[in-house]
Amino acid sequence: MNAPTRNPKLLKGDKHDWEVVIGMEIHAQVTSNAKLFSGASTEFGGEPNSHVSLVDAAMPGMLPVINKKCVEQAVKTGLGLNAKINKKSVFDRKNYFYPDLPQGYQISQFKHPVVGEGVVTVDMQDGSSFEVGIERLHLEQDAGKSLHDQHPSMSYVDLNRSGVALMEIVSKPDMRSSDEAKAYVTKLRTILRYLGTCDGDMEKGNLRADVNVSVRKPGDALGTRCEIKNVNSIRFIGQAIEYEARRQIDILEDGGKIDQETRLFDNAKGETRSMRSKEEAHDYRYFPDPDLLPLEFDDAFVEKLKADLPELPDEKKARFVKEFGLSPYDAGVLISERETAAFFEEVAKGRDPKAAANFTINEFFGRLNKENKTIEESPISAAQLGAIVDLIADGTISGKIAKDLFEIVWEEGGDPREVVEKRGMKQVTDTGAIEKVVDDIIAKNPDKVEQVKAKPTMLGWFVGQVIKASGGKANPQAVNDILKKKLGI
Amino acid sequence: MSVDAATVRRIAHLARIAVADNEIEHLRGEINNMLAFVEQLNEVNVDGVEPTASVEDMKLKMREDVVNDGDYAKRVLANAPASDDGFFQVPKVVE
Repeated sequence: MNAPTRNPKLLKGDKHDWEVVIGMEIHAQVTSNAKLFSGASTEFGGEPNSHVSLVDAAMPGMLPVINKKCVEQAVKTGLGLNAKINKKSVFDRKNYFYPDLPQGYQISQFKHPVVGEGVVTVDMQDGSSFEVGIERLHLEQDAGKSLHDQHPSMSYVDLNRSGVALMEIVSKPDMRSSDEAKAYVTKLRTILRYLGTCDGDMEKGNLRADVNVSVRKPGDALGTRCEIKNVNSIRFIGQAIEYEARRQIDILEDGGKIDQETRLFDNAKGETRSMRSKEEAHDYRYFPDPDLLPLEFDDAFVEKLKADLPELPDEKKARFVKEFGLSPYDAGVLISERETAAFFEEVAKGRDPKAAANFTINEFFGRLNKENKTIEESPISAAQLGAIVDLIADGTISGKIAKDLFEIVWEEGGDPREVVEKRGMKQVTDTGAIEKVVDDIIAKNPDKVEQVKAKPTMLGWFVGQVIKASGGKANPQAVNDILKKKLGI
Repeated sequence: MSVDAATVRRIAHLARIAVADNEIEHLRGEINNMLAFVEQLNEVNVDGVEPTASVEDMKLKMREDVVNDGDYAKRVLANAPASDDGFFQVPKVVE
């Protein structure tokens, strides 16, 4: 496979630098009510084996019937990944034995996936971006769940997940650092959540990654890779890559060679280790599932899904930059979730978008993060936040007081305008009142008055004193003007 | 195409079927006979012919996304050799 050296973020070695090459297979649980081939529920957390039909338990004579919604979700995702949609695809059996796989095979797609090549644009923290090629997306069944800690000599098997639809999204080896890999998963997750095709809940295992890592001397052919299975958080993906790349470099620099193998990430120890039980080379003996005809649909099916696509993250970001004049970074923060973008648009409606963006990002998101709350759990509405932005814009309150006001509305609720009125938080622009305070400060500090005449930058000290004396309510511009006049500078 | 004794052992292992050493040769003969029989199909020219998925003129049937099955753990577990508290029990398998 071709994997060009790109803007390499090299790792230091004893002899020379190393380039890390990363590709990923993401398993994303399809959002649907029923399973891929049965009418059992996909709901998380039911009683053991309650969301299981006789099809999912692989009872003799049971036949799979495909869920149309799952097909639509896969096609929608393909469209969101700018990918080729295959109007004819085939389900195959991937044969292996494991207690949580009652059929003795997984129904998957091997040679003819429903979605072909696509591309995802990934944005980095520093404002740069790069592209990750998508190799394919196919539909397959999830397996059940084994529990090993319930009994000294037995494993316990729950088939509730068995047969739930997954999309396996395979990337090309287009990432060159753990940060790029994390940014790719973050972006993919955002796209899936915008599309509503996967909820991206990594804690529940609804999005998990198999990470392929290899290292090479920059410009060399690809090195031997190891696959780290089933990593279920973005942070762990980063840690697993860092550890694995270093492990491979150490082996190679000691004159050793890398064994192509499957490894597990132990998040308690922060290291990867070999899965010995799978040392035997995989031989899945794929063949077309005789219980299922090829999956076929027409252009109209695809066009209808295309017409119903929501505005996707890239489009929304571009619009925020163009329409609202926001920086790409701010726009990127605002669009990270569909809900936050919608919230911001409501705050910005009829207001200065930049002011709205600043207050939303710095105060509101800051506070949500601090309390680990989602936007749905926010005690403050877009209308309340907008009212605070209005009060700053029309000069009723200062930016500093706005923070206090935000705090009060967050804790106690209420109409921001009324709160300002009741608590006397209005900014003082009355020059008479400010002059009195200024005179007072000047009279009390004759030494500072001497200093400021020699050194005009001292003015800041006076401004600070006056605003402090006014309880933060004096308008800073008015204070500045009056001070300059009175001090004769 | 024909298989050797090692391949027979491998196929048996992959299928988790216990095959005694003295059965291998007999099975090898049977498998090779079947392969030879199927191999006659190679004589037919199928250039430009789409693989046949079904002899009936049928399309894949689809279901609506409705939950209408499940919720009968007892039935699912009825034939399990061992179960406990709603779970299947199997000999311990740990990575």
